Amino acid sequence: MSGPARAAVLRDAVGLGVAVGLYGVAFGAAADAAGLDPWQALALSLLMFTGASQFALVGVLGAGGGAVAAVGSALLLGTRNTVYGVRLLPLLSPRGLLRRLGTAHWVIDETTALAVAAPDRALARLAFLAGGASIFAVWNATTVVGALGAAALGATAQAALDAVVPAAFLALLWPRLRAGAEEPAVARRVALGGAVVALALTPFVPPGVQVVAAVVAVALAGRPRCEQREAAA
Amino acid sequence: MSSGTLWAVVLAGSLGCYLLKLAGLSVPAAWVERPWVMRMVTFVPAALLAALVAVQAVASGQDLVVDGRLAGLAAAAVALALRAPFVVVLVVAGATGALVHVIGG
Repeated sequence: MSGPARAAVLRDAVGLGVAVGLYGVAFGAAADAAGLDPWQALALSLLMFTGASQFALVGVLGAGGGAVAAVGSALLLGTRNTVYGVRLLPLLSPRGLLRRLGTAHWVIDETTALAVAAPDRALARLAFLAGGASIFAVWNATTVVGALGAAALGATAQAALDAVVPAAFLALLWPRLRAGAEEPAVARRVALGGAVVALALTPFVPPGVQVVAAVVAVALAGRPRCEQREAAA
Repeated sequence: MSSGTLWAVVLAGSLGCYLLKLAGLSVPAAWVERPWVMRMVTFVPAALLAALVAVQAVASGQDLVVDGRLAGLAAAAVALALRAPFVVVLVVAGATGALVHVIGG
C-alpha cells in the first residue's frame, strides 16, 4: 500500500464527504417542511443514514402520507444497500459480530463506490472507513443546519422551500435517466410510469399511498420478462 | 401526525433500513444476486423518485394544484439539463418558487 495511493483514497473520501453536505442541508430543510422537528431530522441522519431513503420518508410525510407509506418508501429505497453489502463483504470481510454490526451502518451508495473503486483490499477498507466517517460527520452536521435554517424562514422563503423539495428529488433522479446510466431508456420509461401512476391515483387514495402504489404498479408492469420490457414499461 | 407517531416512523424506518444493510453482509450472495432482484434494485429508485417528484410538485392532499412548485421544478429541470451543480439547481428552483409566490400573492 503506497503513500500516494493512500493519500488519493483519503482525498476522495473527504471530498465526497464535503459534497454530500449540500444534500444534508436540503434534507434537513425537507424534513422541516414535512413537519419533523430538528431532533427527528437528526435522528434520521444518525440512525437511518441512507440519504435517498431519508428523502423518501420525509417526502411521503410532506405529501400528507401515513406512517406505513412513509416507512415503506424508505425501505423500498433501502434495498439498494442490501446489494451493496453483498458486494462489500469480500472486500471488507469484517471479523466478529460487533465489527459486522458497525460496518453495516455505513453501507451506502458513496462508501460502496469508494471501496469498490479502491485498487486493493487494504485501500478498500481505508476508503470505506474514511469515506464513512467523513460522510457521517458532514451529513449529520448539515442536517441540523438545514432543519434549523428552514425552521426560521418566513412565508416567501417557505414558498421557495416548497419549490426546492421536488427539485431536490429531481436532482436525485436525474443521474439515473442520463445517457451513461444503467439502461437509461428503461429507467426513463419506469420514471415516467411512476410519475403518471402516482398523479392518476392522487385524487383516489390516501396521501402517500400513491407513491408506493406507483412503484408496485411499475414493477408489476415490468415483470413479464426482462428482455420484453419494451412493451411493458 | 403527532410527535409520538413521527418518532415511531423515524425509529421503525431507521431500524428497517439498518436491517436491510446488515442483511447484505449476512446472507449468502446467491440469495441477493438474482436477475429479478438486481432489476428491482436498479429500477425501483427511478419509479419511486419520479413518483415523489410528481407528488411533491403538484399534489396538495388529494388535490392536484399548479403553483410555484411546478414552476420551480421546470426551472430545476432546465438547470439540470445544463449540467448545473446541485446547489445551483436548488437555488434556481427556490428563487422561481418564491417569485411565483410574490407575483401570485
